Amino acid sequence: MIDIRNLTKRYGSTAVLKDCSTHVAKGEVVVVCGPSGSGKSTLIKCVNALEPFEAGTIMVDGISVGDPATDLPSLRARVGMVFQNFELFPHLKIIENLTLAPEKVLGRSPDFARRKGLDLLDRVGLAAHARKYPGQLSGGQQQRVAIARALAMDPLAMLFDEPTSALDPEMISEVLDVMTALARDGMTMMCVTHEMGFARRVAHRVIFIDGGTIAEDRPAAEFFGDTASPRAKSFLSRILQH
Amino acid sequence: MKIWDWAGFFEYLVNPYILAGAWATLWLTAVSMVCGLALGFVLALMRRAPRRLVAAPAGFYVWLFRGTPLLVQLIVIYTGLPQLGIKFGVIQSALIGLSLNEAAYLAEIIRAGIDAVPPGQVRAARALGMRERQIMRYIVLPQALRIVIPPLGNSVNGLLKTTSITSVISMEELLRRTQVLIQEQFEVLELFSVAALYYLAMTTLWQLVQHRLERYAGRSDAPPTAAGA
Ligand SMILES: Nc1ncnc2c1ncn2[C@@H]1O[C@H](COP(=O)(O)OP(=O)(O)OP(=O)(O)O)[C@@H](O)[C@H]1O
Ligand SMILES: [Mg+2]
Repeated sequence: MIDIRNLTKRYGSTAVLKDCSTHVAKGEVVVVCGPSGSGKSTLIKCVNALEPFEAGTIMVDGISVGDPATDLPSLRARVGMVFQNFELFPHLKIIENLTLAPEKVLGRSPDFARRKGLDLLDRVGLAAHARKYPGQLSGGQQQRVAIARALAMDPLAMLFDEPTSALDPEMISEVLDVMTALARDGMTMMCVTHEMGFARRVAHRVIFIDGGTIAEDRPAAEFFGDTASPRAKSFLSRILQH
Repeated sequence: MKIWDWAGFFEYLVNPYILAGAWATLWLTAVSMVCGLALGFVLALMRRAPRRLVAAPAGFYVWLFRGTPLLVQLIVIYTGLPQLGIKFGVIQSALIGLSLNEAAYLAEIIRAGIDAVPPGQVRAARALGMRERQIMRYIVLPQALRIVIPPLGNSVNGLLKTTSITSVISMEELLRRTQVLIQEQFEVLELFSVAALYYLAMTTLWQLVQHRLERYAGRSDAPPTAAGA
């Protein structure tokens, strides 16, 4: 589904990602972790072409992201993305946040988009809030809406960039529950997160990025087992401390 | 000699000649504002363009019109251009001068409004597969509008008063007509007081409109309600 080969990405002269290769199969859940500034966000932004890259190839469902001939908007329409800061559209009601792109990008009828939007809100437990504005919802609720908004496009895969790290502790689990349910339903997911409990329970594989290179890429059970490298071990012990 | 002519004052207050002058001030403001907004919007988009060839002329325009007095611009348009064979009437000159001048200021307001929309919003819209035009129309502009309504409202207030400068090219708006009457009646204080009252009435009325606009634009930032249904 997502195939990354020898990806190199620079900001100016500094290489932020160096020769990264990995693969996410259909229905697979991959957790990406690593120290701050190691290139996690950059990696998933490259996958849906929010950032250009200098070398290597990324294929999403057989389409080359780096190919200049690729129509990026239609590629992005098929990959859902959830941001750390939710990025709901504050001037639109919750339901309108869910129907705008399906109507304008996929050309769906307002009626169909609306019914689907309400279904999705129901799925994330927020059907009662459809007519509110994002500013009236808590952080956890906003992030669940953001997930529903991405799902409204019927994406082939979902990308998450630290979806819970801007949330108060008591709201983290409501978002992780939605993500867990999504994974159980067979969604292909690439999640940057430091929620190691989630990774342990849900992830098939864990990628550990360190200084722009993929230092570990292995099944979750192995990663959390004894075979993890010293770098990954010290990282894990640091984030598990609090 | 009388100090203040109350009867004259009330007479001028409902004088149709003055009233028509106030009406001219109103439509002069309205038309210049609409034209200024249209041109200002184009200039703002040009200034944000990545291509220097597009951005630079707009920058030059803003620099030129903000750096010279409106009075000079009006005189150049009305009495200078005919020297080059380009002739505009009084009303045309007043509208052109006010619109061109206003556009320069509005361009900066609109540009600042667009720039104030967080880049994360554009990123989120892109991630949903929206195209740049759609992002501008459905995400950026509606949010920029909320930001620019207060400064735009102030511009309208300012323009209502600035139109009085067109009296120097004998545009028959409120101030010009007041001055004409003064030359006939010599009641300077009474007539200028009437003019001032008209300006106050118009700016106060606009203030009420602006207040409603701001309330409407801010409808989506109601205070958060308690979490849960
Ligand atoms: N727009 C940019 N211009 C220049 N450098 C950037 C830019 N964005 C990120 N970087 C640099 O690239 C590196 C990787 O950034 P990235 O955001 O991918 O890290 P991250 O792993 O997501 O970190 P965090 O955990 O803090 O989110 C960092 O060193 C950062 O300073
Ligand atoms: Mg990051």
